[in-house]
Amino acid sequence: MKFAIQVNEGPYQHQAADSAYQFTKAVLEAGHEIMRVFFYHDGVNNGTSLTTPPQDDRNIVNRWSELGKKHDLDLVVCVAAAQRRGIVDEGEMKRNGKSAQNIADGFRISGLGQLVEAGIQSDRLVVFGD
Amino acid sequence: MSTLHTVNKSPFEKSSMESCLAYAKAGSSVLLYEDGIYGAIKGTTVAEKVTAKNGVNFYVLGPDLKARGVSEDKVVDGIEIVDYAKFVTLAAENDKVQAWV
Repeated sequence: MKFAIQVNEGPYQHQAADSAYQFTKAVLEAGHEIMRVFFYHDGVNNGTSLTTPPQDDRNIVNRWSELGKKHDLDLVVCVAAAQRRGIVDEGEMKRNGKSAQNIADGFRISGLGQLVEAGIQSDRLVVFGD
Repeated sequence: MSTLHTVNKSPFEKSSMESCLAYAKAGSSVLLYEDGIYGAIKGTTVAEKVTAKNGVNFYVLGPDLKARGVSEDKVVDGIEIVDYAKFVTLAAENDKVQAWV
């Protein structure tokens, strides 16, 4: 079965970023497919490479990157939500004249159409957030 | 058409669980997780609403009970304690998942 995941909450806020990760992992362990993870609203903060939690804490951003790499996941950050919160890839950096880019490994920035497409093409869309 | 409803906020903090209970039809399932697990504890005003809701299957996420120090014997009788694997099964078995965020 094809699952799509929507994450609306940033890391280290409440628990949604953790729940979404645990659920995504369980979906893959059960042999289902994750067709996309869409990060929306404050959820885009799951995709900044500048996150540096204390060493004895979980690294939520790296955890997504590693899971993404292992399972070839499509980790998509909403562009409008990302612009508001300072999440930038190389294209956005040039387009908006910014001094740096900070998109985390394995994430890409795209539009809300990707969420709509995920809702249509997946069998289940599961939402995590506040 | 069965639905898995998910509730992640405490019913003593937000009204999302109340809304969920009002909408959940017989044959559907409700999963309480994160702070939503407080809706699964015995002896509260919310527990009465859960037991009064006939035909709806209730589940609570075990790891989130444990994270909050709530022992399994405090969970309302009839609410099944599940893990993430079962959460996935519930999402797959129902036709859709409605998050009451």
